[in-house]
Amino acid sequence: MEKGYLNKIYILFKKELMGYFNSPIAYIFIGAFLVVLNWLFFNSFFIIGQADMRNYFILLPWMFLFLIPAITMRSWAEEKKSGTIEFLLTLPITDWQAVLAKFLGALAFLGITLLLTLTIPFTIASLGNTDAGPIIGSYLGALFMGAAYLSLGLFISSLTKNQIIAFVAAVAACFVFFFVGNDFIVATSPQVLAPFLKFLGIGAHFDNIARGVIDTKDVIYYISFVWLFLWINKEIVALRK
Amino acid sequence: MIRVENLSKKIGETQILDSINFQINDGEILGFLGPNGAGKTTTMKIITGFWTPSSGNIFVDEKNVIENSLEIRSKLGYLPENVPLYDEMKVYEYLKFIAEIRGIAKEKIKDSIKSVVNSCGLEKVIKKPIEELSKGYRQRVGLAQSIIHKSDIIVLDEPTTGLDPNQIIEIRNLIKEIGKDKTVIFSTHILSEVQATCDRVVIINNGRITGQGTPSELMQAAGSRETVYVKIRGPKEIIKEKLKEIEEIMEIMEKDREADDIFGYEIQPQTGADVREKLSMIVMQNNWSILEFSRKSASMEDVFRELTK
Repeated sequence: MEKGYLNKIYILFKKELMGYFNSPIAYIFIGAFLVVLNWLFFNSFFIIGQADMRNYFILLPWMFLFLIPAITMRSWAEEKKSGTIEFLLTLPITDWQAVLAKFLGALAFLGITLLLTLTIPFTIASLGNTDAGPIIGSYLGALFMGAAYLSLGLFISSLTKNQIIAFVAAVAACFVFFFVGNDFIVATSPQVLAPFLKFLGIGAHFDNIARGVIDTKDVIYYISFVWLFLWINKEIVALRK
Repeated sequence: MIRVENLSKKIGETQILDSINFQINDGEILGFLGPNGAGKTTTMKIITGFWTPSSGNIFVDEKNVIENSLEIRSKLGYLPENVPLYDEMKVYEYLKFIAEIRGIAKEKIKDSIKSVVNSCGLEKVIKKPIEELSKGYRQRVGLAQSIIHKSDIIVLDEPTTGLDPNQIIEIRNLIKEIGKDKTVIFSTHILSEVQATCDRVVIINNGRITGQGTPSELMQAAGSRETVYVKIRGPKEIIKEKLKEIEEIMEIMEKDREADDIFGYEIQPQTGADVREKLSMIVMQNNWSILEFSRKSASMEDVFRELTK
């Protein structure tokens, strides 16, 4: 690896992250996400009356279906639309560096959003006895799942110049991957396909981690998923030539 | 030195560049001239490594730009058409980002930014977001970005498009200033720009190079296409016959008709020949009379039109 390879990614990453916070869209989406998430969660929380976060982590994947495409929609589409992509990709950087920086920038942004949701576990912890282990595990799982959605969303953003198309298509794609491992789908699909679908679905892997079980199988799944879509993303970017 | 060799680019079924060859010497300001859609932008995109050619090569200092893309990109400054910039960044943030990604050492970044802010006249707007800048200032930020890393070669794609006349002159002067110690290649379809700024011109049309040389060389070459217009009272056929006897006249064309015995003729003399005196002698000898006489020498516009037909 060339010296300074990571440094260049870091510089691009800073630019990406700054880009999120320079745009009002980011604040609006974080704000809306937090309000809706808190409301939906605490709405049932006080009815059930248990200091438990299970419902929260059932809710989170659904919220991600909208939050993550909102994070990724701009990424490539905006660069293509404004023409800055030409400028970006003629800098002395490789396509991989550009793709990785965009991914890491989006991941950091997601991480910050998740940090802001920590008010919920702290609130609950102050209300009753909670087990920290599963909560930490679930947050880790949420980050993994988020990373998978992000790579998918970034790939879709690289296909279009239009942010709205990127958003809607990413919601649809995330939904497909979320749903494909769902019990309902798996049960009604042909026997041969069932384990395959179960493995493919993003949601099923999240359930494992959310239960506090960090299995290498799930980790490998997420890492391969992310890598695959980042790789396709890089190939799409290279297609311009 | 940049050497473009048999460069071709085909996108789908369209042949955008058809085996073009030219050379840019060190320290030269080269104007890349051609009508819209001629292939200027495509050539620049290939030089800067954004696209790859379908066939052919570009060498920068004897290094192939496809094989040594990263190395050459780091020597190059590029301002794409329409000046795409990260609008939401402030000018200072943007230049800092460029300085960092271009690998300027940390302790030198401030000085580098200062120096380009100075040379591009950006002092007033340094804290403003780029989206609030006027077109002229955007262009300057674009230029600043392209020279911040002390690049040897600057590629500018239509840097004066969309500017008002004052801004055009400012940017042109800036390009000249930059060009003093760098190789600059810039494209344009504005002819006066070429005359005002360039050391050498390459004219491209329909993906082919149709002419190259210094502006004055091109004008001289086109000077052979000088024409003489003359309006003579007298019998048309005999006039034509007599004029054809003058050796230096290559072609005589009837241009217009004012009356039954008054016709206008367009005469194409041989290169460099002056036919005026011989012409008037013949007219006098035959007792005709000259009613109008004018000589049209080629301008840059003619050169352009001739070479991009």
